[in-house]
Amino acid sequence: MLLELTPLFARIRPPRVTEENLVEIDAVTFGYGRRAVLDGISMRVPRGKVVAIMGGSGCGKTTLLRLIGGQLRPTRGAVRVGGRAVHELDREGLYALRRRMSMLFQFGALFTDMTVFDNVAFPLREHASLPEDMVRDLVLMKLEAVGLRGAHNLMPSELSGGMARRVALARAVVMDPMLVMYDEPFAGLDPISMSVVGTLIRRLNDALGATSIIVTHDVVESLQIVDYLYFVAEGRIVGEGTPAQIRATELPVVHQFIHGETDGPVPFHYPAPAYDEDVGIARARAEAAHA
Amino acid sequence: MLDRARRSLARIGHNFIDNVWRVGAMARFFALVLSASGTSFRRFRLVMREVYFTGVLSLIIIVVSGLFVGMVLGLQGFETLQKYGAQESIGVLVALSLVRELGPVVAALLFASRAGSAITAEIGLMKATEQLTAMDMMAVSPMARVIAPRFWAGVISMPLLAAMFSAMGVFGGYLVGVVLIGVDNGAFWSQMQAAVDFRYDVLNGVIKSFVFGIAVTVIATFEGFDAPPTAEGVSGATTRTVVSSALAILALDLVLTASLLRGAH
Repeated sequence: MLLELTPLFARIRPPRVTEENLVEIDAVTFGYGRRAVLDGISMRVPRGKVVAIMGGSGCGKTTLLRLIGGQLRPTRGAVRVGGRAVHELDREGLYALRRRMSMLFQFGALFTDMTVFDNVAFPLREHASLPEDMVRDLVLMKLEAVGLRGAHNLMPSELSGGMARRVALARAVVMDPMLVMYDEPFAGLDPISMSVVGTLIRRLNDALGATSIIVTHDVVESLQIVDYLYFVAEGRIVGEGTPAQIRATELPVVHQFIHGETDGPVPFHYPAPAYDEDVGIARARAEAAHA
Repeated sequence: MLDRARRSLARIGHNFIDNVWRVGAMARFFALVLSASGTSFRRFRLVMREVYFTGVLSLIIIVVSGLFVGMVLGLQGFETLQKYGAQESIGVLVALSLVRELGPVVAALLFASRAGSAITAEIGLMKATEQLTAMDMMAVSPMARVIAPRFWAGVISMPLLAAMFSAMGVFGGYLVGVVLIGVDNGAFWSQMQAAVDFRYDVLNGVIKSFVFGIAVTVIATFEGFDAPPTAEGVSGATTRTVVSSALAILALDLVLTASLLRGAH
């Protein structure tokens, strides 16, 4: 039902898919204090595409999103969105750019003191001087698109995890942004909600003519909806390609990730001294041999 | 032994530097709040909404506490004044104690416990659940949209709550002195009217409560904004708000009393 609404969005803004890159990351290095997180990373996100950034926990995926959104500044390298160097913008320039992009946070980050309706209306009321009845129409259109028009009077505490994510998605696209960033949009969702959110991301991106970047480690869902994938490990791009190329890849790190193998280039064990030395087996053996 | 002493000394030094740093950070935060206050005045309903949460919802505790403090003052004052045959001055004692000192100070301490802790917890949880980051990513300044309205609401509410506390205290003193003990009604009110000076007593009390309002809300909003985004971090920040506010209120009270009394003579 909710997917039949695509033409509604198509009337608002026709898709404008070109091969021009909306986001360009060039040789970016970044660290928190002395801990290096990204090490000379480069990537391109073409306009109109849905691109996934995948990798294990703590590999720097979310840091990449924060660099694109201007919340962090790279130690070295450049981050450009729509041709503008994000890290060189002042506060006003950054806010002007952020009005044209949006971010869906891992757990929605809905404002807990507002209803679903007010949450979705928030960016419109803050940035657009629209009459209240127009705000109402726009909000209900977006909520209809995510299947939650009937929930517009509920408070965030009354929503399930999947519903909260869909409300956050409606809020993220209410200003018709050119770029939508998703931070772990599938985390903690049941299979139905996961499929709904995944499909919505793809459909909304195409209907709005937007560009989407998804940070995730959900392999199955991502391979179904994205145009291109980057794999990040230890602060570097270790693999990239279309879903078909990724499925067929023999790159050990990517292969391990895609197939969920417990051991491989990403080791099961945290670095530690040899097990028999640590638990005293080696010493016992040596003493037995000596005796 | 020497090593342990050195470590203890280093820890004391670190704590001292950390606290000095926090005072500096709080001053900078205060300046940022003032510079981001334009939105609060342009969209005054944002402030009024917070006045309801911080001021109106604190009324119960302020009214009840004020009444009891006034009644206790009446009882204690009568006990002492009757030894000198001056029991009719009970109204003066109650009113001056409340308007000059107890009204602003106790109301501010109650405000810090009731509203200050709530402000810290709310802002801390908004930070922990990424609501502030989400707002910032929507090109809406959390400082202008969340912090400044709460700050101005506290500054507006505090003198009104202190006035309410004092009024209820005087009423409590009247109940005990006139209704319960039987002090002359006319003497109670007329002596109070003659002894309480609007400028030196009432206005000075209002100045105190205004300064306490600034101190408590700056501490409460800063602690919430600076809280580590964890359950432990928010709980620690809430505790720090109550403790720091109480200390700040008492220290500022001493400074203000000294300077306002000096100005009066």
